[in-house]
Amino acid sequence: MKLKLNEISKSFGPVKANSDINLTVNRGEILGLLGENGAGKTTLMNILTGLYKPDSGSILIDNQLKVFHNPREANKNGVGMVHQHFMLVPVFSVTENIILGTEPTTTFNKIDLTNAKQKVLKISSEYNLDVDPDQLIEKLPVGIQQRVEIIKILFRDAEILIFDEPTAVLTPQEVVEFFEIIKNLKKAGKAIIFITHKLHEVLEVCDRINVLRSGKIVGEELPKKTTNKKLAELMVGRKVNLKTNRQIVEKGEVLLEVNNLSILSENKEPLLSNLDVKLHKNEILGIAGVQGNGQTEFIEALTGLRKISSGKISYFGKECKNFSPRKIHQLGVRHIPEDRQKQGLIGDFSLTENIILNTYYENKFSNNIALNWSSAKKEAKRIIEKFDVRTNSEEISADKLSGGNQQKLLIGREMSRSINLLIASQPTRGVDVGSIEYIHNQIVMARNKGIGVLLNSTELDEIIALSDRIIVFYEGRVIAEFPSNADPNIIGLAMAGVS
Amino acid sequence: MKFFIYLSNYFSNRETIQEIFLIPVIATLLAIFLGLLLLIVSGSSTQIALTALVALFTGSFGSLSAISETFTAATPLIFAALGIAVGFRAGLFNIGAEGQIILGGMAAVVIGFSFQLPFAIHLIIILLSGALFGAFYALIAGWLKATTGAHEVITTIMLNLIAYRLLDFFLRMPAIQKEGRNDPISKSIFETAELPRILYLLDPNLRVHMGFLIAIVAVFFVYWLIFHTTIGYEFRAVGKSLEASKYGGINPAITIVLAMSIAGLLAGLAGACQIAGVLGRATPGFSAGIGFDAIAVALLGRAHPIGVLFAGILFGALIAGGRAMQVSANVSLDLITVIQALIIIFIAAPILIRKLFPWILK
Repeated sequence: MKLKLNEISKSFGPVKANSDINLTVNRGEILGLLGENGAGKTTLMNILTGLYKPDSGSILIDNQLKVFHNPREANKNGVGMVHQHFMLVPVFSVTENIILGTEPTTTFNKIDLTNAKQKVLKISSEYNLDVDPDQLIEKLPVGIQQRVEIIKILFRDAEILIFDEPTAVLTPQEVVEFFEIIKNLKKAGKAIIFITHKLHEVLEVCDRINVLRSGKIVGEELPKKTTNKKLAELMVGRKVNLKTNRQIVEKGEVLLEVNNLSILSENKEPLLSNLDVKLHKNEILGIAGVQGNGQTEFIEALTGLRKISSGKISYFGKECKNFSPRKIHQLGVRHIPEDRQKQGLIGDFSLTENIILNTYYENKFSNNIALNWSSAKKEAKRIIEKFDVRTNSEEISADKLSGGNQQKLLIGREMSRSINLLIASQPTRGVDVGSIEYIHNQIVMARNKGIGVLLNSTELDEIIALSDRIIVFYEGRVIAEFPSNADPNIIGLAMAGVS
Repeated sequence: MKFFIYLSNYFSNRETIQEIFLIPVIATLLAIFLGLLLLIVSGSSTQIALTALVALFTGSFGSLSAISETFTAATPLIFAALGIAVGFRAGLFNIGAEGQIILGGMAAVVIGFSFQLPFAIHLIIILLSGALFGAFYALIAGWLKATTGAHEVITTIMLNLIAYRLLDFFLRMPAIQKEGRNDPISKSIFETAELPRILYLLDPNLRVHMGFLIAIVAVFFVYWLIFHTTIGYEFRAVGKSLEASKYGGINPAITIVLAMSIAGLLAGLAGACQIAGVLGRATPGFSAGIGFDAIAVALLGRAHPIGVLFAGILFGALIAGGRAMQVSANVSLDLITVIQALIIIFIAAPILIRKLFPWILK
């Protein structure tokens, strides 16, 4: 099937999310859709899958005009989407998840699982999507769960497949397997749209690349005739420096020492076992690893958000026992949490209210009873200005900011105070390329000034670009340590548990 | 759970004037209209419906005595609803105002009849004791939530039931029960403990009392507490995001207990004001469902103190007007309950109002 989008426009109030977008995908072709967060990718795909109605423009499938009023209609017309966050029921089996919503039935509305299973097996062998149809979703690794999502849309006879940031949750090895899968799908004649903000991925698998910026298609490139740099500039709309300047600095004394740290879950299963970690002055220590291997728990323990079961955490040479987040903050340890929307900011609070989230009680902002809003406002203005947060007021709520600006606000809040140690978790997740550059520079500058930085990121590229030393987490242990110039492939293997 | 998430979004700090005023106003007008329609559909003549409508307005705002009745009915509603609003801000759905009112009222009665004190001092002590007992009763639910995670909706409902039975028991205790009576009724409080009537000099029968003025002071106090103090900031942070407030160094357990106690304190004041300002003694039904109406008032006022003040006066007006309606149009007081329920339905479904009046709410 051939898909053509014709002059699609969509506005939300004064914001033009999409304007006059033309886009074509042919049978047996992979189209890369590249764009920063907020460029309008999601809106466009929501239009294509029937979630939104465009203000103007049309959708043509095989030169026939189509209007989708809801996702089901889009589905019926062969459009299927694999979302970034999987839509699976963890306690259902693979087959049950696949048929959810279109359950085949026999007499008396009994679900026909046998037949469904046959069809799942057929699809899985046809496209080389190896999966056990009886296995429960919660027992499967993320890469396999993604396969289930793909089978789910193939089960609904999708011919036009949309992948939204499909590699965000995968290990490097799983990414390789995923690329094989979409190449197979392409060979089978599917039309594929691959949405991402990772440049090297589009260069590797796509046949054509469309770049989206501020709701418009700003360029069409062919992978063979373009470069990383050119794509990045199209995306951001100005020259960007993809390499972070990171001159070598001699590391200083130990700031953070973790000895034999273990944490058990409520069911007494080990989340972290016998960790030993040291962080020095003037050092960026990168924590690499696939999400869910204990990094989150480790950082929660370091910041006082989680009780440790045994072992020792010492900041600046002093052991801290059962410290609260506030006590640790008062030591000059700043924490950029991995989920800025849930943890780092309160979406419904104004920027001013967010700026004082962990200091509202200090003399600067209160007299122990009443808050000093004018002083908080001044601080908010200062940080907004200094850290280049794009907003027209400090009184709007934080969820009105784009992801990049939210992160800049958060980083501004944490780094604008006296700081001895920075714990940064996923500092650039969901952030546009322009802001990534800015945030990386801030982190490196902090380290050059004599601060120790603990950087936790699932983006291996980011870890390699910034870290002076890299440790790899796997199943709650540090299974390998690498210098900054290590081979990414070897680190990738360690992330998959091969040491 | 989804409902609670909806609620917490509903009390955002940054609302437009339309959302704060227009939706409640439209909801109220619509509810009154539908209420009268119900009258007609159920067999009353249009004449009666119109008489009822007129009585509703004259009975609530048509004369000085009507206004006095409105404010009298509004007073305990405002206190209790302020407490519920504080709870909402901290992410707590406190159904227990009724029980807290009962406990506050019980304490007030005991203080009121047990001894005589100079006028102002007795009054202060009676109000304080009501506030203290209300706070203590709510604290139980807060403490249970903070330590065991027991949901406050469940615990406060249970505490309400306990409070009802406690009151029954209390009213039959020899030390409490009025001498020479067999029915459950307490002794009357001394005159020194009574809240003076504001318009006494104008007409001794105008019942509106000092409690109404104290309620207005409470409105501004709660406004200051929620929006201008560190405690209020902690309440709102915990109410909006437990994760983020922990990250910010706030102790959610302490915050929850504190918020619940302040909610109970205000509800306890409502109970004490009813005893010291209107009733003068306790009877089994003295709380009269005020604690439940107050939930509606807090919702209608969008958990904002100023909104609560106006919503409280509105509900007071419905009660006062409803009585007049019953007298002059012979329409059952239950119609008022229907109207109150309809208001809440429209408030809980702002989308409905948006759909019905798209030209007002863009």
